[in-house]
Amino acid sequence: MPDVSREVVEHVAMLARLALSEGEIQRLQKELGRILEHADRLQAIDVEGVEGTAHVIPMTNVFREDEVGESLEPGEVVANAPDAADDFFRVPRIVED
Amino acid sequence: MKLHELTAHELSERLASGEVSAVEVTEAHFERIGEVEGEVDAFLTLTRDEALEQARQVDDLRAGGEKPGPLAGVPIAIKDVLCTRGIPTTCASRILEGFRPPYDATVVRRCRDAGMPMVGKTNMDEFAMGSSTENSAYKVTRNPWDLERVPGGSSGGSAAAVAAGEAPIALGSDTGGSIRQPAALCGITGLKPTYGRVSRYGLIAYASSLDQVGPLARDVRDCALAMNVLAGRDQHDATSADIPTPDYVAGLTGEVSDLRAGVPKELMGEGIEPEVRTVVEAAIAQFEELGMAVEEVEMPNLDYSLPVYYLIAPAEAASNLARYDGVRYGHRTEEEVADVYDLFAKSRGEGFGPEVRLRIMLGTFALSAGYYDAYYLKAQRVRTLIRQDFDRAFADHDVLLSPTSPTVAFGIGEKADDPLQMKLADICTIPINLAGIPALSVPCGMAAGLPVGLQIMGRPFEEDVLLRVGDAYQQATDWHTKRPGL
Repeated sequence: MPDVSREVVEHVAMLARLALSEGEIQRLQKELGRILEHADRLQAIDVEGVEGTAHVIPMTNVFREDEVGESLEPGEVVANAPDAADDFFRVPRIVED
Repeated sequence: MKLHELTAHELSERLASGEVSAVEVTEAHFERIGEVEGEVDAFLTLTRDEALEQARQVDDLRAGGEKPGPLAGVPIAIKDVLCTRGIPTTCASRILEGFRPPYDATVVRRCRDAGMPMVGKTNMDEFAMGSSTENSAYKVTRNPWDLERVPGGSSGGSAAAVAAGEAPIALGSDTGGSIRQPAALCGITGLKPTYGRVSRYGLIAYASSLDQVGPLARDVRDCALAMNVLAGRDQHDATSADIPTPDYVAGLTGEVSDLRAGVPKELMGEGIEPEVRTVVEAAIAQFEELGMAVEEVEMPNLDYSLPVYYLIAPAEAASNLARYDGVRYGHRTEEEVADVYDLFAKSRGEGFGPEVRLRIMLGTFALSAGYYDAYYLKAQRVRTLIRQDFDRAFADHDVLLSPTSPTVAFGIGEKADDPLQMKLADICTIPINLAGIPALSVPCGMAAGLPVGLQIMGRPFEEDVLLRVGDAYQQATDWHTKRPGL
């Protein structure tokens, strides 16, 4: 089983913006290790010269006319916000004085 | 027969002839919901008032001499992964508790425009991640055939609702089998269309290169009726295909003797329960009797489907689910926060359930510096090999046949503690999403008193062929008419 260290879990959780409890860190170390062990089966496959598939349908850019359409009212946009004031989303202070 | 026991096409005939009204049909389904929902728990939200209002509008249209479409007045249940304007849409997650979308998903709007009263929003695995609907943050849905067993997932609420007679048709979404596997485990019919055939606008994203919306119903004809409403280009989804859609009902000719079928050896192997394999082999023999040429095919790269899926899907999910930050909508932590990043992390840690956290971590890991090439890029390249296996198989065969699920419905709690075991439930369905092709699941027999599903796979955008094959099978058999004794 690939060793998924506590440091790796904490680093990935930081990247993913996930606050984890102590028990959760240990669970994820174990379960990530098991799944990655399974995924390591892929390492032996020869994919020399094989392009990756990001998308199954061959697609080029899709264009449309640049026309003014219907938009949501600001009040509708913030209606689901946990905290809003005057049609703005409110968050804790980001920039220091 | 009672109204809730009828198929959509049977209801459609009675509605068109004026034998019943849309309000009567809708009332009958809410009566049925009142009888069985306490045991089945298929729904997260019921929308009785809205449904009856929609039904009245259909009745008024008909009273005014107009002829609305064939599904006008036929009720539908909608998986809670689809946005419904003003109606709670949670994806079965705490992080979206109380969220009321300001717009309808395109498929929801199409159903409304077709005059289909929406009875409610169905339960599912949180963010469509799971194969049993046990990952819902709100409730456990039970299989109408055996209330101690799971309905499958992630569209388990939709499948259970149709099997229990709470709605004749439901919408689901399918990223690795989430329409077909619950359809199989609940003894109903489900179609995962080709990637791009149906709009994903308003479908809450799990893995954007794999997700597709499709119908669950009691038979193939009903799925064809639903596809006539759902399929087609949508300007709001740039990945929806600009390819003409045929009349799927008109294509149900019952004639299949012109077709050749392949049976992938890799999907009939040791991972399949012997009782399931026996039932599926009998179904395959039935196709030969219908005049189809059937032969075994080899698709060796299918064996890698599971690890490929469990790198690509979580990677896409990690990116898609970054939007849940406790700022614009959804759950926000009530704990003290040091700064805005702390607000994100605590809100997300509290709002997502364990399986979702696991997949976000797995996907973030696979995309992170130092691991990207070895895991994510490698998986994408093996995905190409899997697609090439399908290309080769479809060069000589019109459809491929396999079990939909390696087992019948399993017990509630049986696999909940073993994520890897749970993931094996999808070994036959995942390759289809990786290749982007369409696949249909039809009931094809019983094992130990529980339904078994047959998967029929087809070439991209050949849903019409799949539906023709499935319908021919249902004309020759009666497995799709079996109902749970609920």
